Amino acid sequence: MPALNLTSQPTQPSVEQYLNCIRCGLCLAVCPTYREDLSEITSPRGRVALARKGLQGELELTSNLFEQMYACFDCLACNAICPVGIRPADLALDMRTLEEHIRPKTWKKALFRGIFPKPERLEMGTWPLRLYENLGIRRLVYALGLGKLLPRRVRDLEAMLPRLPQRPIRQVLPEISPAKKEPLHRVGFFLGCLQSLMFAEESAAAVRVLVRNGCTVITPKETVCCGMPALGFGKMEQVQEQARHNLLLFEKADVEFIITDCATCGSTLKDYGKILAGDPLWATRAAAFSKKVRDISEFLMSIPLEKPMGRLEVRVTYHDPCHLRRGQGIWKQPRLLLQMIDGIDYVELPEADWCCGLAGTQIITHYESSLKTLKRKTDNLAATRASYVVSGCPACQMQLNVGVRRAGLDVRVDHPIALLDRAYRNGNSSSSISETTEVVPSTKREK
Amino acid sequence: MMDKRILAQLEKITGRDGVLTSPEDLAVYSYDGTFEQGCPEVVVLPRSTDQVSQVVRLAAQAHIPVVSRGMGSGLAGGSVPSLGGIVLAMTRMNRMLEIDQANATAHVEAGIVTADLQTAVEKLGLFYPPDPSSIRESTIGGNIACNAGGPRCLKYGVTGNYVLGLTVVLADGRVLQAGNQCIKDVVGYDLLALFTGSEGTLGVITEALLRLTAKPKFVRTALVEFPSLEDASRTVNAILTAGILPAALELMDETAIACTEEAMQMGLPLDVEAILIIENDGSDEDFILSEMEAIAGICKEQGARQVKVAKDELERSNLWEARRSVTAALARRTPNKLGEDITVPRSAIPEAVRRLKAISFKYGLPVVIFGHAGDGNLHPNILFDMRDPAQWTKVGLMVEEEFTTALELGGTLSGEHGVGTLKRPYMQQALGPLSIEMQKRIKQALDPLNILNPGKVFPD
Repeated sequence: MPALNLTSQPTQPSVEQYLNCIRCGLCLAVCPTYREDLSEITSPRGRVALARKGLQGELELTSNLFEQMYACFDCLACNAICPVGIRPADLALDMRTLEEHIRPKTWKKALFRGIFPKPERLEMGTWPLRLYENLGIRRLVYALGLGKLLPRRVRDLEAMLPRLPQRPIRQVLPEISPAKKEPLHRVGFFLGCLQSLMFAEESAAAVRVLVRNGCTVITPKETVCCGMPALGFGKMEQVQEQARHNLLLFEKADVEFIITDCATCGSTLKDYGKILAGDPLWATRAAAFSKKVRDISEFLMSIPLEKPMGRLEVRVTYHDPCHLRRGQGIWKQPRLLLQMIDGIDYVELPEADWCCGLAGTQIITHYESSLKTLKRKTDNLAATRASYVVSGCPACQMQLNVGVRRAGLDVRVDHPIALLDRAYRNGNSSSSISETTEVVPSTKREK
Repeated sequence: MMDKRILAQLEKITGRDGVLTSPEDLAVYSYDGTFEQGCPEVVVLPRSTDQVSQVVRLAAQAHIPVVSRGMGSGLAGGSVPSLGGIVLAMTRMNRMLEIDQANATAHVEAGIVTADLQTAVEKLGLFYPPDPSSIRESTIGGNIACNAGGPRCLKYGVTGNYVLGLTVVLADGRVLQAGNQCIKDVVGYDLLALFTGSEGTLGVITEALLRLTAKPKFVRTALVEFPSLEDASRTVNAILTAGILPAALELMDETAIACTEEAMQMGLPLDVEAILIIENDGSDEDFILSEMEAIAGICKEQGARQVKVAKDELERSNLWEARRSVTAALARRTPNKLGEDITVPRSAIPEAVRRLKAISFKYGLPVVIFGHAGDGNLHPNILFDMRDPAQWTKVGLMVEEEFTTALELGGTLSGEHGVGTLKRPYMQQALGPLSIEMQKRIKQALDPLNILNPGKVFPD
């Protein structure tokens, strides 16, 4: 079966990645970009055909050809459905890497070498946004209806911002958060860029929940971006460099598990083994690292989780992040976790695992197609009449915020762990262990 | 390269986003679900019958070939623009125009995905039975143009049996409305039957009025394991001659099972030569269950090892998803496969299966057999690697023998895929000169300039 070709020959996708595509078209049915645009070039089959013809010399490797690889949302739906085992989404990413080798772009170097691997620069860069929130300018803008004066695109971006923390969580969380009871596990917590910059309160909640359930949580402060943004823009060496850096930190921390509350970070960290597989010095260590990585919902549902005594009287639905459901095969756990909370009226979201359209940066780089896909999501969301939509991915949350605002829905966007944390805090005195906590087998990767 | 003035006129008709000319866009409209290729000179994505009519009128004036297509999942090369020209991709004409519950009809645009149509009508308790395996990646227009079949056609009939009306853009751009909401209509020739299965050579289908039925209330699906392929193929007739008409009666041989299991990991038996998937539906649950028991009895008598009835809807839908994945899953073995859809009278199924396996043995390339055994429609798939010229030569000879087998047994070249380019060379043998002459005269009358999907179906 063709595997992710991140290692030995990173500059050129292998023949096996496209040779057996028989062009049956099944991937068209599940592709969010195709289902909106309805032209073949926006389909996984189309991208595979372009990659194949480009690599075999039948087509020139033009910038338009590579642009088609960037139009992919990397939602992995095509990878999951292909009966042949072709992975069109992976091929699109590998083609982006190929383009970076043929025609490297200087702005990418500046962004992916200069900013993403430097948390303090990311924090500085988002400082104006925190001021905007914390000086009350945002409230003023809303109260006076000034937002309407902004162009639509800017308004959409503004809507992406959650209630921003005063300080990035990196500066707030202690390096060691001791378990609240008899320590069961010593775990590492990976600070994701978006989670800690934009959704710091959710990450704080995640650590509280872990500590409450008998985990001593080590949070290395020097971690850098997991590497997904650089991977998405074809900067493979950069990803490898960041992987080595993060790996070293967690080796030092000496933990049983490495936990993340971000779906995208989780899927990238779990791929470090593959990303460094071609590097003899690091391959084994990277594989060992990846084996320890757990999504927060995956981890919590694998330990005897305390049943919250507090209630939340809300109607809740759940959106599957692509990189959690298909990237890591995790979809039961967050649902089970939500249903542990008394009072929650859980309703399944139609097409819950259909991409929300953010796909990293698509709302900026591919505004129209991103919004069309988002509309499908919010139409489904409206049908649930839920007052909360939760999703364990900061990027999805930001996009859902835009969607909710655009559709004028009275729905709050949140992280499943934030709801669990709230339920704990609502019922604070008790601490009975749920007898019915289901133990879900961990990470079964889909194909 | 297409004339600049023509391109400008096309853009005027559909707007700029409906006309594609980049080499990348053209390249991805050069194929269908086979290995056939042919690059168009321009791709047009119309949004209305009127736009289609204007495009075809323009093409007629300039004598440019027009190849209409849906999602390009065809298995005969029918929608490949082998002579260049304009590809008319109908995918953006995908509206459900009306569901008439009183008359049980659906009026749709040609580009609607068949599965989407089914979902929409089933919400209202109605049912559109034809279910080609490409149900999620094919359009109604394409289904009608190829008169698509599928497992349920055993009981319910093929796509053509559900076409009550068509809007067709003729070769000169005029718009023909044929049919109406009446179930019976014998006024004049049956033009609906003429356009159904015409593979885009007589007109461009832009809208369809489809007949619906009541959705069966109950359905039971069984997976039957046969240690011997021979026994499985004999069982098909044993069931059908016992006065039972299942909704579907599908056969998969051991390679089909193995490839599908590899792709889906759903626990299909890997130690048998064949399985049958048998579905029974209707509005009386007790009756269905008692028939299912009768079927199980017959299967056991004929040598079945086990009869497993799906315990819930999830198990049932997984089974069908697996069945629909067979054709693609075969490509796990080799880079290329050629899947035919010969059809024989059902009494000849066991003999057909024997002869197909003999062809495989003779040439040393695998021929996987699966398909809609209940209606005699088999899908022998040759697995090969096109990069090896020796294999490619063998494939040509094997296909010829497959077709000869079908014809000798009183069958036909194609039950549901159509002729396209792949079966053209065998048309003379299948139909004889008189039939071909008649059909060519029909083509000549409707498309005198030969601009609609030229180079397809008939030998030159």
